[in-house]
Amino acid sequence: MPSEYKLVLKHVDQAGYSNDIKCYQKHGGYKTMKKVFKLKAKKTKDGVTTPQEIIRKEVLVSGLRGRGGAGFSAGMKWSFVDRKSGKPIYLICNADESEPGTFKDRQVMYKDPHQLIEGMVISCYANDVNLAYIYIRGEFPEGAKILNRAIAEAHKAGYLGKGICGTKFNLDIHVHRGAGAYICGEETGLIESLEGKRPYPRIKPPYFPAVLGLYMCPTIVNNVETLCNVRHVMEIGGTAYSELGTPGNTGTRIVSLSGQVKRPGYYEIEVGKATLGDLIFGKNFGQGLLDGRKLQAIIPGGSSSKVFREGESFKIKTKDKAGKEIEKKIDLLDIPYDFDTLMKCGSMSGSSAIIVIDDSVDIVEALGNLSDFYAHESCGQCTPCREGSLWMSKALKRMRSGQARKEDADYLKNIAHKIQGRTICAFGEACAWPVLSFVDKFRDKFDERGAEDEARLAESQMKEGVN
Amino acid sequence: MGVNVKEQNVETVAVKVDGRSIEVPRTTPNWEGKPEPTTVLQACKHAGIEIPHYCYHPKLPVVGNCRMCLVHVGMPGRPGPDGKQPTNEDGTTKIFPMQLPYEPQTPRGVIGCATAIMPGMEIYASSPETKEMRESVLESLLINHPLDCSICDQAGECKLQEYSYDHGQAESGFEEFKVHKPKAVDLGPRITLDAERCILCTRCIRFTKDVVGDDSLGIVNRGGYNTIATFPGESFNNNYTLNTVDICPVGALTSDDFRFQMRVWFLKETKSLCTDCGSGCNVTIGSRENKMYRYEPRQNDAVNGHWMCDSGRLNYKWIGREDRLSSLKGLEGKTTWPTVLKDVSDHLANADKGSVAIIASARQTNEELHLLTKLAKHIDAVTDSVPRKGKADNLLMIEDRNTNTTGAQILGITGKRVGSKLSSIKKGIESGELKTLIVFGEDVTKHGIDTKLLKKVTLIVSDILHNETTKAADFLLPGCAHAEKRGTFTNVKGRVQKFMKALEPPGDALPEWEFLHEIVHNVVGLEDFKTIEGLFNQMAGEVKAFKDAQLSWAKLGDHGLDVEL
Ligand SMILES: Cc1cc2nc3c(=O)[nH]c(=O)nc-3n(C[C@H](O)[C@H](O)[C@H](O)COP(=O)(O)O)c2cc1C
Ligand code: SF4
Ligand code: SF4
Ligand code: SF4
Ligand code: FES
Repeated sequence: MPSEYKLVLKHVDQAGYSNDIKCYQKHGGYKTMKKVFKLKAKKTKDGVTTPQEIIRKEVLVSGLRGRGGAGFSAGMKWSFVDRKSGKPIYLICNADESEPGTFKDRQVMYKDPHQLIEGMVISCYANDVNLAYIYIRGEFPEGAKILNRAIAEAHKAGYLGKGICGTKFNLDIHVHRGAGAYICGEETGLIESLEGKRPYPRIKPPYFPAVLGLYMCPTIVNNVETLCNVRHVMEIGGTAYSELGTPGNTGTRIVSLSGQVKRPGYYEIEVGKATLGDLIFGKNFGQGLLDGRKLQAIIPGGSSSKVFREGESFKIKTKDKAGKEIEKKIDLLDIPYDFDTLMKCGSMSGSSAIIVIDDSVDIVEALGNLSDFYAHESCGQCTPCREGSLWMSKALKRMRSGQARKEDADYLKNIAHKIQGRTICAFGEACAWPVLSFVDKFRDKFDERGAEDEARLAESQMKEGVN
Repeated sequence: MGVNVKEQNVETVAVKVDGRSIEVPRTTPNWEGKPEPTTVLQACKHAGIEIPHYCYHPKLPVVGNCRMCLVHVGMPGRPGPDGKQPTNEDGTTKIFPMQLPYEPQTPRGVIGCATAIMPGMEIYASSPETKEMRESVLESLLINHPLDCSICDQAGECKLQEYSYDHGQAESGFEEFKVHKPKAVDLGPRITLDAERCILCTRCIRFTKDVVGDDSLGIVNRGGYNTIATFPGESFNNNYTLNTVDICPVGALTSDDFRFQMRVWFLKETKSLCTDCGSGCNVTIGSRENKMYRYEPRQNDAVNGHWMCDSGRLNYKWIGREDRLSSLKGLEGKTTWPTVLKDVSDHLANADKGSVAIIASARQTNEELHLLTKLAKHIDAVTDSVPRKGKADNLLMIEDRNTNTTGAQILGITGKRVGSKLSSIKKGIESGELKTLIVFGEDVTKHGIDTKLLKKVTLIVSDILHNETTKAADFLLPGCAHAEKRGTFTNVKGRVQKFMKALEPPGDALPEWEFLHEIVHNVVGLEDFKTIEGLFNQMAGEVKAFKDAQLSWAKLGDHGLDVEL
């Protein structure tokens, strides 16, 4: 039976574990950082490999993928950084954690902040970064305080500042609090916000952060959990890390489980080693739905990911043991919780937040709730998303107030199609996908609603003698 | 359009636009003039196809927010392990139309304004896929738009109207209530905003921030409620605010001066110049039935780019003033042009050498000043003009508020220090050495030569508006505003530019070059020219700086030519 595998959350919630530097050090904290500082340049056939290159190689070998949403290889992202520009390179920790359903990064920041700082020091050392930022969500004032205290402690201990641990390496980390907007989690919106501007995401190309990021300098943006994992990669080595989880989906991941399950919470698993069914029903995880309820739907990777309907199954291409490509049928609850399989099944693991929806939930209401969120959070910069997100939410409001029409299912999909793939940032997809998937998979519910309301309207018009 | 870039020896990239192969320059100057990879939108322009756009403006940073310029494109495949690009069966390079990565059956557009062209790229500028993207963006822009074209100042020059006609669909499925936003917002002393008409392209914000360096415009609220605004209690009030009205693609920003005055399609457009400082910004005059309604900047990258300042733009009302000088005055009071010109000519022909002084205006045209120098030479008259200074700003407006100081200097009317001879002219009058004073367009009583002194000379004056000097004139010759005649000015950087006639002058008023020409003909005996072209070309053949630059009226074109200073 699959169970948790605690790497990042190892000490979080442990009795007696506190978030100060002493406690962290007592539990082996900052040892990996010191080890990394001792790495020596290696002579190779083609010249010299610097310690920085060694770390970057380890991260690449580890297969670590971004934990913020897109699941992009961290090592690859680092390899895109323009190191020849002559400009400073910045690193930004994305601690905006705003995707509905997601509550994992805050666990580390509140309860084990030094782990993040150690991960950041290593990542900055690896990338010749001397100034890093933690961009923390505005709603986490306490988190910002904790991080600032931890940073002060690290400074005092000589782990931040000038000549860290006797090396020539300098690093400062600043905590920057957002003002409470979801779009500040999108990396280029975040960068604009950090520069003191309205968080309007930038067009890519040309503004890829690795080349033209913060203050138009090369910039690395990584999620909190990604940066924590860098520490573990360097602690156990890239190859050992890559053996955790499943091929191509390595390491561990913290899953936020919410909705109508008995035991909602955050669970760290080896990626792909537990299925959706395990996570929702397993003894070590959600322990099933509330009594008397039946499963209706699962949002597998944060509110932006496409919804699954109970009972769905999928045909996916995969490789058998001999490495031959085969097609395989897989039932919803058997989907291993990883990056690639969820994608093959038409959704994504996103921010690894599972939202369980039982049969007590009105699907049109649920989608309306999500759409209201996106209409409120669209930055409004680009036409399709600005107009479309509000349009969808208004349509769903109308549908929820007894004025649904039979054609509303298509009407909604039509709006969503005007948005996805046509916007500046991935928020376009984030607001279109729930609509597209809810309507596609629960078409009957939307049609029913339209038919009911139209029938009622016709009846009342008959009564009033209106024709 | 369709330029043969091969001949210009620039590096090119081969792309296809709607199936047609075309070579376009690899780079194109960006808004600051720095070379940047040529974009899909620019490549299409080379092919003679306009990609509709709202937020893109060649002189502003590109932000790509309106999405109107979405186009479907195809790209050659990535080279395989053998280093070769995938090919079709017939050996030609295989082109892959772009599709959504997560939904391969759906075509994916790129924004033309910010997507660099690549060798082999195919741009489907008019395909059904591209059209669908345009329609959907337009529909989105229109769902919350008030559609009050009938009372909108922008009607007739509105990009929303134009593109809806060219690229839109007749019907929208929008079933919900529109968003309501503030209307008739007083953004600043010259600008009114209708936030409901705004399509949030941010052109106004970028112009104000990136061109003017003023942060006073921004957006408040979120998503569908986004609204252009100033900081609370602050006013949008720099000297360039009215340019935002020009670049606003819709009727959201309107000029308080022009608002509700005239439907734009009734306006006659005349190419002209601003005369308010030595920059010589190129303008278009909008007039109807001999009344001027507005100036708009006319693009000239060598001078003013797309812009002009507010003070220059709004300084036109004097042209149509009721109290303009419109009657001739001669020896017997009211008179006619033939009489007065004969009297003036006779007077000057009989004047002793060295007994005449000419105070010309550095706001006069090159041609007028040229004629005055001819006269001055013949009768050995001392000449000068009057300096006019203001505050310069960081953009276009310069200190020198005379339009044609450079021209006056090139032609020798005045020296390096404008007005340095005024005191000796004054002394000459006092001593009685100077017996005749010719004044053009200046009130010399404000420059040390008071009414009492003026009584001592025969005073020949030409001007447009009344002042103390015109009152004292023995001969008064009403002249024209630049909008009422043709001519050229030389701006502070030595660019000679011409302007055209938009309006008829009032009453007796005549273009100065016409009557000056007559006087010079009578006094000096030069051959006569019937046209301003002839006069200009004659001057260009005589004046060294103009001759060196090989100027001719025709060669000046709409944007002028530089002379060496
Ligand atoms: C609308 C939107 C919101 C996002 N919000 C977050 C967020 O709150 N936290 C986060 O880490 N990444 C967020 N992302 C993803 C970031 O843009 C970026 O990809 C990520 O921080 C990269 O880190 P990673 O590679 O370590 O995952 C968001 C993306 C989008 C499009
Ligand atoms: S997609 Fe939405 S959130 Fe992203 S830039 Fe456009 S309007 Fe803003
Ligand atoms: S006011 Fe005009 S220029 Fe400014 S954002 Fe709106 S539409 Fe664009
Ligand atoms: S800068 Fe000078 S020439 Fe240009 S518009 Fe202003 S006043 Fe006129
Ligand atoms: S013109 Fe607005 S996105 Fe290209």
